[in-house]
Amino acid sequence: MNDYAIELNGVCKSYRFFELQDVALRLQRGTIMGLIGPNGAGKSTTIRILMGLVCPDRGEVRVLGHRIPDEQVAAKWDIGFASDDMRLYDSRTLGWHINFMKSIYSSWDDTYAQLLLKRFGLHAEQKIKGLSHGQRVKATLLLVFARRPKLLVLDEPTTGLDPVARHDILRELTAVMVEDGRSVLFSSQNTQDVEQISDQITFIDRGRIIDSMDKEVYLDRWRRLRLEAPSGVELPALPGVIEIQQTGRLAVAIANAFEPHLANAYESSGARVQAVENMTLEEIFVANVERSREEVKA
Amino acid sequence: MSNPLEFPLGRKCLTGSLTVYTVYTQMFVISQSDKRPMYLQIMEQMKQRIAVGDWAPGQAIPSIRQLAVDIGVSVITVKRAYLELEREGMIVTRQGKGCFVASGSDIGARIREQELAQHLEQAVRSAAMMGLSQKNLEKRIRAIYDRVTDKEKETV
Repeated sequence: MNDYAIELNGVCKSYRFFELQDVALRLQRGTIMGLIGPNGAGKSTTIRILMGLVCPDRGEVRVLGHRIPDEQVAAKWDIGFASDDMRLYDSRTLGWHINFMKSIYSSWDDTYAQLLLKRFGLHAEQKIKGLSHGQRVKATLLLVFARRPKLLVLDEPTTGLDPVARHDILRELTAVMVEDGRSVLFSSQNTQDVEQISDQITFIDRGRIIDSMDKEVYLDRWRRLRLEAPSGVELPALPGVIEIQQTGRLAVAIANAFEPHLANAYESSGARVQAVENMTLEEIFVANVERSREEVKA
Repeated sequence: MSNPLEFPLGRKCLTGSLTVYTVYTQMFVISQSDKRPMYLQIMEQMKQRIAVGDWAPGQAIPSIRQLAVDIGVSVITVKRAYLELEREGMIVTRQGKGCFVASGSDIGARIREQELAQHLEQAVRSAAMMGLSQKNLEKRIRAIYDRVTDKEKETV
């Protein structure tokens, strides 16, 4: 048994208009990883590859120790997967789906399913066709959560949900962590969700992984420095600073490898450091994508 | 507290043999409008609990994983808050036994002292940024002190 719930090495996949390049990814058992990136970055393709739904052109994929796609059947007993394009049977009730899952998975936890029904405000007697989008999402997640799988793989689980429903889902995801050794990989457009519940953050853009690391370390590396440069003082270009915007005497520097000595370096150039601010994942996201777009242009 | 084995934080709710949820999660507020990182917000709220005596010296506090689940925040963030508080000597971790508020009856006072030191440092920094002299700053503080204590006298 290795320490990784998910392991991708050198994974490539080419489509006519999109290419996934040399993706390497490691999800440690017992942790939650948030996968973020702009639309079309390759989040869903990555998830489909590790679920064995898409076969990569090259590279190695292991999930819960099983080689994918060859051993995907064995792996999937312990994986709970949910994505937007999953369909429930419209003419059947939620209770019918629950019984269906119960008949397949021995790990099914009926007590937990009943609790989730209540918590998500769903009713077993409801037919799927009568459910709203948000209710369908919650129903799908209930069917996955109550199996108590070792690994949860969720493609945008909170998209299209109202704030209360989102809150409920996030809560259930963190609750999964009470049990040892369970792992979660989820993608999201909502940086706040990712910032709140992930242990690891993986940032993907244009088919490549830009960053993949411990969330606290990641957030800590980024800082916004508010500077005042008296006339005649030129702000030096410093390593670790990816962007400086100056209007008049005031400037804002964005650092993606912040060290306290950066502030000292600005001070000794004659500028004044007014503030060193933490950045939210949302702000980091935008700065990161803009930088990677600049690199493409250059 | 009728059951001394329960955390002061809230009641555990069980499904099967598993702890899934606890009740008083609203006690910790992680705010998006707060510009500080989440681990600092958690630290501060834990300190407040200790400072006001809700978490008494030597008392058991939730494990990292439990608190993470309670407030719906990643384990790694809560772990960081615990590590920093441990470094500051506010809490202690005993192998295999769990986490506790540091013993010593002065811990509340220490937290308030730390808070005051931070405020004062912030005030001095702001003053320095404006080019205010030490004398001037002292004068301002004295005036505020008089005003605030006068007000307190009035209300008494």
